Amino acid sequence: MSDSSAGVSETTSPRHVPSGPGGKTSRPKPSSYAVLRSSMGRNLGLVLALVVICIVGAATAGDRFADLDNAITILRLAAIIGVVSIGMTFVITGGGIDLSVGAILALSSVWCTTVATQQFAEDTHWIAIVFVALLIGGACGLINGLLIAYGGIVPFIATLAMLASARGLAEIISNRRTQIVNVDGFTDFFDREVLGLSTMIWIFVLVSIAGWVLLNRTTFGRRTLAVGGSPEAARLAGINVKRHTVMLYVLLGVLCGVAALMLVSRTTTGSSTHGLFYELDAIAAVVIGGTLLSGGRGTIVGTVLGVLIFTTLSNIFTLNDRTTSEQALLKGAIIVVAVLLQQHLAKRSTKHDTT
Amino acid sequence: MSTTNVPTVATSQGPEAALLQMTGIVKEFPGVRALGGVDLNVRAGEVHCLLGQNGAGKSTLIKILSAAYQPDEGSILWQGGARRFTTPMAAINAGISTIYQELDLVPDLSVAENIYLGHELARGGFTRRARANRTAKDLLSSLGHAEISPTRLVGTLPPAGQQIVSMARALSHDTRLLILDEPSAVLDQEGVDNLFRVVRSLTARGVAVVYISHRLEEIREIGDRITVLKDGITVATGLPVSETPTHELIKLMTGRAIEYVFPPQPETPTEQAEPVLEVSGLTLDGVFGTVDLTVRAGEIVGLAGLVGAGRSEILETIYGARRASSGTVKVDGKKIRRGSVTAAVRAGMGLAPEERKSQGLLLDQSVFSNITVSSMNKFSRGGFLDSGAERAKAKELTESLDVRPAGVSRAVRTLSGGNQQKVVLARWLLRECRVLLLDEPTRGVDVGARSEIYALVRSLADAGIAVVVVSSEVEEVLGLAQRVLVVREGEVVHESDVADLDEAGVLNLVMEGRVA
Repeated sequence: MSDSSAGVSETTSPRHVPSGPGGKTSRPKPSSYAVLRSSMGRNLGLVLALVVICIVGAATAGDRFADLDNAITILRLAAIIGVVSIGMTFVITGGGIDLSVGAILALSSVWCTTVATQQFAEDTHWIAIVFVALLIGGACGLINGLLIAYGGIVPFIATLAMLASARGLAEIISNRRTQIVNVDGFTDFFDREVLGLSTMIWIFVLVSIAGWVLLNRTTFGRRTLAVGGSPEAARLAGINVKRHTVMLYVLLGVLCGVAALMLVSRTTTGSSTHGLFYELDAIAAVVIGGTLLSGGRGTIVGTVLGVLIFTTLSNIFTLNDRTTSEQALLKGAIIVVAVLLQQHLAKRSTKHDTT
Repeated sequence: MSTTNVPTVATSQGPEAALLQMTGIVKEFPGVRALGGVDLNVRAGEVHCLLGQNGAGKSTLIKILSAAYQPDEGSILWQGGARRFTTPMAAINAGISTIYQELDLVPDLSVAENIYLGHELARGGFTRRARANRTAKDLLSSLGHAEISPTRLVGTLPPAGQQIVSMARALSHDTRLLILDEPSAVLDQEGVDNLFRVVRSLTARGVAVVYISHRLEEIREIGDRITVLKDGITVATGLPVSETPTHELIKLMTGRAIEYVFPPQPETPTEQAEPVLEVSGLTLDGVFGTVDLTVRAGEIVGLAGLVGAGRSEILETIYGARRASSGTVKVDGKKIRRGSVTAAVRAGMGLAPEERKSQGLLLDQSVFSNITVSSMNKFSRGGFLDSGAERAKAKELTESLDVRPAGVSRAVRTLSGGNQQKVVLARWLLRECRVLLLDEPTRGVDVGARSEIYALVRSLADAGIAVVVVSSEVEEVLGLAQRVLVVREGEVVHESDVADLDEAGVLNLVMEGRVA
């Protein structure tokens, strides 16, 4: 940016006093801590962790891990939870939490694969399935958002209720049966490959890029940071905090609809058991990525790296024939270590600021 | 006589011996010297009143006394020996108990549970509820409030009852010194009478009481000696209440060691100017009565009054942050939807709130995004922000307001109070607001930066903005405003041109509701 351009110095103030010796503050030297605290540094740490995990993978599983096809498999596995996690990043950055993502995903997957929906899609266009999934996801998010912003229910409870109800409704609609998709246009679209990568991976990439732009380059993103950082200060600055909160949950709901479509196409089924425990995986990825659980700071790059770390780990465990129980154990440990590390750095940073 | 641990202080020391002797206490916060050498001498069995305007350092002093803060310099002699209390619990164990303005009770626990919170009567890890209830009952009786049931939930008690519970908690320790921070603020006349009865019975037992209040009549009634603080310094200590006239006290409280520089008042009267902010019949049930207020372009109107008198609430209701019970607010003749900050901001209002850190700023975010947060549409096209333009504009503003250190990308948290306030003002400057509401604009702002803020506010008004300033510091209101409204206990008790008022007059209105 043109810091020294003439435009800046146009408004010289009579009160402008050149800062004296007391006013000048020399920029503190960037310590290794300062580097780690910056967003770039935090992401670097995550990349480093991912590299270490990959080295472990290559060492233990050899060529079965260090293989292009395996890398693509990891990305495919990461894609669905990744899309949910991007949405979760927004909600958490905005000071909320959503426990109902897995249940919304299940409900969307069931609703868009009912006989009626599929018949309608056959009669019109396969895209109808997509619309239904997005609509259901968005509607669930809207209910969450309204209950939280206008009903005054804390996010934890409101979305806990949605978790129970949405999955219950999915079971009622599907009669607990797995619904198979046989709309050709739909399955063809998701089976397609573009530039050697499946549609699934492309959706993840696009959602990630769009999410990054939305959080970092738009008024929506800036408001999200403000609302999450201090809802009261944001309100007094004139931001419509309630409306914005609703929009955050709707955004996440719609992304759950996207994830539902991806899961439907991968499994060729809609089921009320889809997306079990996705809320935990998504929250874990967001948190180890460096987004503050208390809101006000969020990072899409961190979330993507967090998702990749967990997916790669579980891939290595699978390749080495380890149990999912061991995976879960390690996952828990990683969350604890990552958060402890973040808190440690944050403490250093506030100490640094006040001195 | 009950067998509870109601304190009975040995009166072996003579009446003149100091129970507590604080000397040269200094406490500094980043950018602010809250206490610059305070002396306090309290005797056993006396009610020692602490007097001073808001910001004089009373709260800081009692926080040091109760060991919530550690002093940077100075010595504390307690019962004749030098002591340094490192934790609040150490102070309590030594016999110093504090009852803060905001009562620190747990509303969902019973009276007895609250009294013994932190030192529960227990055997082998099991609480002894029957015994706790019995001893709590004895404590309450000794305070003259046997009617309060020890099993009742504290949240269901009226404020006066809660205060009694707080006192019982203090007395459940072996208390020698009880600090009461504005205890009458939450009480009605009957409650105050009860409180005084309790205080007298305590002092009769040899307990010393440090009593903080703004109400001079109370001090006259209950106090023995007075210490006056001003700008963090003791200006008088150990004054006998009975021999010190009121005007003497007010002079001590107001005669300033530091002179703030106020910009000159405009020469042209603003009476012909267009009214910008028109408030008529504004009320908020249970908080304040009818407020009528017109502020013209270029005019600064001051709202004087004590903390809790309803000044901030009036400001927040005008701004829509609280939903008015009745009345209208107009900006430039246009009525604003009740209870909507968004509508108020759109109509051209801006607020610099009292709690700058929690209400005014997004502390962890950059200077520039704090400035542009209310005017984002100026920098966006189709929802996309041009952060280069944001930074450039913020840089321009922070330079013209001389925000230091420079750099619009640093977190607002790292700035001093005065510079944070400039960031808030820059936000509304950028918004080109018509009405600026300032709530305690110089709280936590050091002396040097104050004059800058005053000059800035004046120049904003000169540019045609209607300004309303709320301040507990009478001098600030008188120095800045052309017209002053005095608020006392939710009512506007006085309105006049600033020329017709002086500091003592306003203080009299603020504290006694009338001009002496």
